[in-house]
Amino acid sequence: MSASSNSGAFRIKGAGRLTPARTARFTFDGKSFTALEGDTVASALLAHGVHLLGRSFKYHRPRGILSAGPEEPNALIDVSRDAARRQPNVRATVQEVFDGAKIVSQNRWPSLKFDVGAINNLFSPFFAAGFYYKTFMWPREAWVKVYEPFIRRAAGLGVAPTEEDPDHYANRYAHCDVLIAGAGVAGLTAALSAAATGASVFLVDEQPEVGGALHYDAATMIDGQNGYDWAQASAAKLKAMPNVTVLTRTTVFGYYNHGFLGLVERVTDHVAKPDKSSPRERLWQVRAKKVVLATGSIERHMVFANNDRPGIMLASAARTFLNHHGVAVGRNVGVYTAHDSAYEAAFDLRRAGVSIAAIVDNRADPSEALLAEARALGISVLSGHSVTDTGGRLRISSMTVARNGGGNARRIAVDALIISAGWTPSVHLFSQSRGKLRFDDVNQRFLPDIYAQDCVSIGGCNGTDDLAELIDEAIAAGGGSVALSGENRFEWTGGMIGAAEGAGPDTTVKAFVDFQHDVTAKDIRLAVREGMHSIEHIKRFTTNGMASDQGKLSNMHGLAIAAEMLDRPIPKVGLTTFRAPYTPVTYGTLVGHSRGELFDPARKTPMHVLETAEGAEFEDVGNWKRAWYYPKRGEDMLAAVNRECRTVREVAGVFNGSTLGKIEVVGPDAAQFLNLLYTNAWDSLKPGKSRYGIMTREDGFVYDDGVVGRLAEDRFHVTTTTGGAPRVLHHMEDYLQTEFPHLRVWLTSTTEQWAVIAVQGPKAREIIQPFVEGVDLSNEAFPHMSVSECSVMGVPARLFRVSFTGELGFELNVPADYGPAVWKAIWERAESMGACLYGTETMHVLRAEKGYIIVGQDTDGTVTPDDAGLGWAVSSKKLDFVGIRGLKRPDLVRENRKQLVGLLTKDPALVLEEGGQIVADPNQAKPMTMLGHVTSAYWSENCGRSIALALVAGGRSRIGETLYVPLKDRTIEVEVTDMVFFDKQGGRIHG
Amino acid sequence: MLLIHCPYCEEDRSELEFRWAGEAHIARPENISAISDEEFAEFFFLRNNEKGLTYERWRHIHGCGRFFNAARDTVSDRFLMTYKAGMPKQPVPETGASEKTVETYEATEGDAR
Repeated sequence: MSASSNSGAFRIKGAGRLTPARTARFTFDGKSFTALEGDTVASALLAHGVHLLGRSFKYHRPRGILSAGPEEPNALIDVSRDAARRQPNVRATVQEVFDGAKIVSQNRWPSLKFDVGAINNLFSPFFAAGFYYKTFMWPREAWVKVYEPFIRRAAGLGVAPTEEDPDHYANRYAHCDVLIAGAGVAGLTAALSAAATGASVFLVDEQPEVGGALHYDAATMIDGQNGYDWAQASAAKLKAMPNVTVLTRTTVFGYYNHGFLGLVERVTDHVAKPDKSSPRERLWQVRAKKVVLATGSIERHMVFANNDRPGIMLASAARTFLNHHGVAVGRNVGVYTAHDSAYEAAFDLRRAGVSIAAIVDNRADPSEALLAEARALGISVLSGHSVTDTGGRLRISSMTVARNGGGNARRIAVDALIISAGWTPSVHLFSQSRGKLRFDDVNQRFLPDIYAQDCVSIGGCNGTDDLAELIDEAIAAGGGSVALSGENRFEWTGGMIGAAEGAGPDTTVKAFVDFQHDVTAKDIRLAVREGMHSIEHIKRFTTNGMASDQGKLSNMHGLAIAAEMLDRPIPKVGLTTFRAPYTPVTYGTLVGHSRGELFDPARKTPMHVLETAEGAEFEDVGNWKRAWYYPKRGEDMLAAVNRECRTVREVAGVFNGSTLGKIEVVGPDAAQFLNLLYTNAWDSLKPGKSRYGIMTREDGFVYDDGVVGRLAEDRFHVTTTTGGAPRVLHHMEDYLQTEFPHLRVWLTSTTEQWAVIAVQGPKAREIIQPFVEGVDLSNEAFPHMSVSECSVMGVPARLFRVSFTGELGFELNVPADYGPAVWKAIWERAESMGACLYGTETMHVLRAEKGYIIVGQDTDGTVTPDDAGLGWAVSSKKLDFVGIRGLKRPDLVRENRKQLVGLLTKDPALVLEEGGQIVADPNQAKPMTMLGHVTSAYWSENCGRSIALALVAGGRSRIGETLYVPLKDRTIEVEVTDMVFFDKQGGRIHG
Repeated sequence: MLLIHCPYCEEDRSELEFRWAGEAHIARPENISAISDEEFAEFFFLRNNEKGLTYERWRHIHGCGRFFNAARDTVSDRFLMTYKAGMPKQPVPETGASEKTVETYEATEGDAR
C-alpha cells in the first residue's frame, strides 16, 4: 500500500496540499488510524470513510461532521495526550491531528454505534422546546433528588477532566496601530496596505495557515497566481517586516471597550511532543488604535427533514476537505442548495473523480453559466426541486427529492449530501464592539451599520461579495497603497433563510435549526405559539443558539422561522446580541499563571519563617498569614490557647503585630487633619503620647479604629485594623485631596516598613529592658500610652507603651528587615523567663476578657461609637469631623439602639456561637422577636468560664437581665453584663 | 477594559490602574453640622445614577494616586473627558460618534410588543 492509501481510502491522489509521506497516528474510540500532517481530526476520519463522530445532545441522534471550521456544532470530541492532558468538547474540525493523539467520541453509552440514550429520539414528543420548564415543575423536592441528577447525567456534553492540568498558560500584553482579525484575501490585503505605511500591524487568524476561504476556493487567482499560494507568500513577506506580527492558530475571541481585544494563541495543541517550556496556550491582551475586521462569512445549512444524518455537510466544508486535505467526503455525493457556492463544490468533486448524484437546487432559475458547466461535467441539475427527506441509520444512504409545490417524490441513493443555504457574514466581533447592525433585505443578512469604535469591516463580514471591490476596500482599510488584482470563476448569488420545502409550519418533521442543542424548526414555531414574541424569549425557550457554537449556523434560520410565524419583518423580530468569546476559550488561558500559590498571593510578615519554625498554625486575615496559635506537642487548639492565655497574664507573651495597618501622617496641619478624620480631638495630644482613635464615616458609623501616636508636632504614627489599612488610606486620601486640599499633610503607607513585636504581661518590661536604648521604661517616665523613638539592639525603632490585653505591654516597631533578628533576641530572653509566644486566637480571647472591640467583628457598619460603648472617644468640642452630622440623625440618637454588652452563660461551661440570635422569651411564637446577636464568644481560661460580647437592643439598660439564645437543638440562658470580664479595675495595665 | 486619561499623569492608562470613586461634584457642606436631615440625605445618600452622560470621580490608585473627575457616557462607556479634582463641572465636547445603542434585550422587547 502506498502512503496515501494508508492515510485513508477516501484520500484522492494529487488532491490537497498535504504531504503524503508525512504521517501521524492517532486513535478514535480505541481504533488506530493514520493521518497526514496538517489533517484535522475531521479530515483524517473522513479520509477513512468515518462520518459518525458523536451523538446529539437531547435525542442522542447519530451525528457527523457538518463544517470544516470553528462553527462546527456537531463533531465534538474528547482529545487527550495523557490522563491529565484531556479536553472534552473539542471541535474535530479545528483540532489538528498529532502523533499519539487519543480521540474519543462523546455523549454515547455504551458505544457510538449503539447508544441507549437514543431512546430519547422515540420519546421526542415529550422533549419539545421548553420541556424542562413544564415537566419538572413539581413536586419541589423532586428537583434535588430526581430531576436535576437525571438532567445533569442525560444532558451533559463531554466529561470534564478530573486531574489537575499540568500545562502552563502564558499571558502577554501588546499595543499596535492596526489589528486585523482574519487573514483571508481581505485581511492579508489590508495588512499589506497597512504595513506599507510603517504602522505597527497585528494580523491574526484562527487557522494554522493564512488564506481563509482560499483553503477551499481553489479557482481564485490573486495577482496572477493561485490564491492560496499568494496568501502564503504574502504572509511570509509580512512576517519578515519588523512592524508586523502575524499570529496564526490565534482567535480574536473578544472585542471590548476602547480598542481592547482578547486573543488566544494555541501554541502546542497540534504538536506531538511539546517543548516543556512552551505554554499550551497564550492569552494576548491587545490594545489596538484601529481594528480591521476581515472575519469573512459562514455558510449556512439547509433546514429540511432529517438534515442531521452523518454524511450531510456544508458544501464549502466538502470543498475544503477536497482541495486542502485531499479527501473526498463520499463516492456518490448529492448536492442540495439555494446558493451558487455548492455548484463549485460539486464541480471540484466531479473533477476529482467523485460522482455527483444530482444537484438539487430549490431555485427555479440557476445562472446559465453554472448550468453550462454542470452540463459539461455531466452533472444533472434539478432546479425548482428540494430534498424533502433523507434515509440511512448511522450515515446518509439516500435523499428524497421532489419538485417544489408537490409532485412525485423519488429517492436517490447517495453516500454524502452537501448543502448550502448561502452565507452569513461573521459580524460577531463587530457586534461585540457594540456596533449596530442593519438588515440587508435583498441578500437577507445583517451587515455592519453604525460603528461604536475605531474599526472597519471589510470583505465577507461586510457583505462585499465582488472580489475586485473587496480588494479595493481592504487596501483602503489598511491606509496604504498596494497594487493587487483578483479573479474568480463564478459570481455567487442566491441564498435563503428559514425552513425549506417540506419543513414548513404544516409539517411535524425534524428539520434541525440548531444541531448542538437539537432545536428543530417545529420547536421555534412552538415557542411562538406558546406566546414568545421576542427573539430573546424564543432563544431562551428553545435554547436555539445557546450552545457552545453560539448559533453561528442557526441564528439566521431561527430568526426567519420566528419572523414567518409572527408575520413580522426580520429586523422587527431582532437579532440576539453576540457575546465574547467568539469560540470557547479554556479556563487555563484566562487564568494564566494566576493559579496555585499565585492565584491570590499570600502576604507574609518578616517573622513568618520564625513563626513556622516555632510550630505556629496560621490563619488567613485578608491576604495575610497570621500566626493563629502555637501548639506544643500533644496540644489541641483549645489547650494551646488556654496555655497561652494563662501565660500572658501570669508571665508574659510575645506577639507578632506586623500586619497592623500603619500610616504616617506628616505635615504642619497633620493634627488638624486627624481632627477631621477621627472622632477624637488630636491637638491636645502631646508629642510622646498616643491615643485610641475611632474613625466614622459621614453616616456616623464606626469605620475603623487604632492607636495613634504623636511623635512630633507635625508627625503622627497612625495604626489601623489589619484588614482596614488600604481602605482607610484611600478614605484619608479622598478627604485630603478633595475636601480638605488646603491642609498641608502627606500620607504614606508604612504597613510593610515596620515589623511590630508586641510584648505583653507582667514581665514585659523586664523582657525588653536590655534591648531598648535611650528610654526610661519606668511607669513614671514612660506610662501607659507613651510613645518614643529610640534604638532597639542598635536599630532605629518606635516604642509604644500600649496594650490590647489589659496587661502591661509594649509594641516595638523596627524596620521590617530587622524584624526577625529583634524577634529572635526578644523571644530567646522571653522564653528563658517563662513567657510564651501567642497568636491571634489568644489575642482575641484576652481582648474580649477586657471588653476591647474588634471593628468588623463586634461592629458591622451599623454601629455608632456610642453603641460600641466608646461614646467617650467622640469629642463634643470639635466643630467638624467626618461623621459629626451623621451621628445626629434621628435613628442614631433614638432609644433602644443595639448596644454592645457582655453576656455570661448561666452554665459557665457553655460557649455561645458567634452569630447566635438573642431573644427575651424563648417560648414565643416563631418568627421570634430578635433583640440582637452574639458578636464574640470564647472560653476564657483566666476567668474559668465562657464569656461573650453581643449587640443587644437597649443593651446597657438590660444589664442583669436574663435573655436566651435559641439554637437548633437547645436554648442557652444568658445574663447581660458589662463588657469587662477580667481585672475590672484595670490596674494591671499600669503595672 | 476601559482606557482612561489621567489628567495628572497626562496619559491614557488601562482601567486596571484606576478605581471608580462615585458621583462627582458633590461638595461636603462647609456647615455640615448645621444642615437639616433632608439636606444631609441629599448630600450623603441620594445619587443621580443617570443613563447617558454622567460625571463621576476616579482615582489613579495604582498610578499617581490622585482623584480626578470624568465625564462618561454610561450607555457607550465612552469617556468624554477627564479633568482635575477641584475644577468646576466641564461642558462635554461634541463627539462625532453616535450615541445610539445597539440591539439590547430591552430594545427588542420594545419592538416585540
